[in-house]
Amino acid sequence: MPRRHLAPLAALLLVALFPLSGATFYVELTTKIMIMAIFALSLDLLVGWTGLVSFGHAAYFGVGAYTLALLSPKAAAAGMWSSLALAIAVAAVCALVVGIFVLRTRGIYFIMVTLAFAQMFYFVFHDTDVGGGSDGRYVNVKPDASILGFTPFDFDRPVHVYYVVLAMLVLVFLFLQRVLRSPFGRALSGIRANEQRMRALGFPVMAYKLAAFTLAGGLAGLAGWLLAAQSGFVNPEILSWHQSGNVLLMVILGGAGTPYGPIAGAFALTLLHELFSTLTTHWQLWLGISIVLIVLFMPGGLGHLVRRVRASLFGGGRDV
Amino acid sequence: MSDPILEAAGLTRRFGGLAACDGVAIALRRGELHALLGPNGAGKSTLINLLSGDLKPTSGSIRMKGEEIAQLPPERRSLRGIGRSYQKTNIFGGFTVFENARLAAQSRDPRSWAIGSDAGRDPVSRERAQRALGLAGLDAGTERKAGALSHGEQRQLEIAMVLATEPEVLLLDEPLAGMGAEESARMVALLKRLAGTHAILLVEHDMDAVFALADRITVMVNGQVLESGPPAQIRASERVQRAYLGHGDG
Ligand SMILES: Nc1ncnc2c1ncn2[C@@H]1O[C@H](COP(=O)(O)OP(=O)(O)OP(=O)(O)O)[C@@H](O)[C@H]1O
Ligand SMILES: [Mg+2]
Repeated sequence: MPRRHLAPLAALLLVALFPLSGATFYVELTTKIMIMAIFALSLDLLVGWTGLVSFGHAAYFGVGAYTLALLSPKAAAAGMWSSLALAIAVAAVCALVVGIFVLRTRGIYFIMVTLAFAQMFYFVFHDTDVGGGSDGRYVNVKPDASILGFTPFDFDRPVHVYYVVLAMLVLVFLFLQRVLRSPFGRALSGIRANEQRMRALGFPVMAYKLAAFTLAGGLAGLAGWLLAAQSGFVNPEILSWHQSGNVLLMVILGGAGTPYGPIAGAFALTLLHELFSTLTTHWQLWLGISIVLIVLFMPGGLGHLVRRVRASLFGGGRDV
Repeated sequence: MSDPILEAAGLTRRFGGLAACDGVAIALRRGELHALLGPNGAGKSTLINLLSGDLKPTSGSIRMKGEEIAQLPPERRSLRGIGRSYQKTNIFGGFTVFENARLAAQSRDPRSWAIGSDAGRDPVSRERAQRALGLAGLDAGTERKAGALSHGEQRQLEIAMVLATEPEVLLLDEPLAGMGAEESARMVALLKRLAGTHAILLVEHDMDAVFALADRITVMVNGQVLESGPPAQIRASERVQRAYLGHGDG
């Protein structure tokens, strides 16, 4: 096994053993972080690989979460597998439709238009009754994971949820790594590097971008479904612009376009947030300052720092 | 004379008040190398950009095998068989040399949309890429980053990428500029060979290369065609002598 897999596998082992500590609060916090990590990985497909800086990715996260909430009857459980598939599909279709409009723009306009569309989703849930308005909606009974009568796990037990989310994170990570190496993924990298040249070579760039935007939306929907299943509650804040900015920050902080960057960013940002909010009342100021410092001094994000440390420990190992 | 594969008429492109390309007519035929001459700023690159679709014409028509393509985007024209190289090297500097050519070859492959397979192991695009790199004289050191190549090698890669898409029409914007003598001679030989089976439009300032290669020559000045015909006619043309060839000698 290549040495560059060692550190991630050690980290994975640590995370896998962590619930044995019995610290329920931290188990739930880590679950939330891993959900955000899936969300951040989905956004990095756009930001890091395709060069599309979307500032509205929370819309699809929220659509996934609301799909579960709306499918859950008041006093009964929604089926896990069917509602999960539907959450992914609905989020993907929303991204497809939005993508047709926003992908005509680029640069700063793309950032603004993705934000504007996400705000439309926000207002639909905030100002109409479809999802309970600004109060949101409860998932009274957690989804039922049974397959043909066999129930592999129970969403009422935090440790079960923890492992389900961890498994999903690993699956999404491996899936995206595979996509990155595929012809489709190589085309996305080419588009990010030089769109004009890709078009001259015959690549229908718009269609590739739309496919990436749709795929990223679907994966964000999966993360949103997990959030609703874990917390048992959805409200419009899930798809607010803060959430879009938060996940974008995770990607940039961790290192856009690096395999582990978005995951590292999700952990770092959430933990920084926890740390400062318990230490000081001015936590937003300190959080802001540390983010500015990190971005200033590590333009490649945390992933870049990790690679530098690893290079100095093991000699010049390279990835990608 | 056979029917042209690619034919433009009245092709005009304005940038504000400047007509960079002004009512240009040109026809490219299979088996013919058509050289495009003209002083700096004559509109040669603009013409190539119009034919490739990188620029949309202000007016005029472009027909490929009889079909109007002037409004098609560059990717559709590329898929119809128009390949182009850029005057200013336009490669993927962060990718390996091989990946540059492989990606170019992938564009022709319906499996270009696959998300489950490993692109680096795809035999079809690998083989095409290898062949194109070989033709351009870049077989060695293809695992280097393209951005680290010498200027001349980058020019070779530029050509290899065009060849990897296996076009019928080649629009080459100063492919020899910046190449060493040896690579340049090799490229001239390659162009001669390709001219037998392709339609080629070649922008080139090196007169020796142009007169050695061209079946037809068009001379542009100030966005307009000054003269167009076989090399002997161009050489003998007084207008060309005055407007262009004269510059170099006097
Ligand atoms: N995008 C653009 N915007 C404005 N003017 C342009 C643009 N592209 C080209 N021009 C102008 O059009 C004219 C023709 O330029 P073009 O690049 O086609 O010349 P060329 O014949 O290729 O010259 P060279 O031999 O220097 O490559 C020049 O005056 C140039 O400044
Ligand atoms: Mg030019």
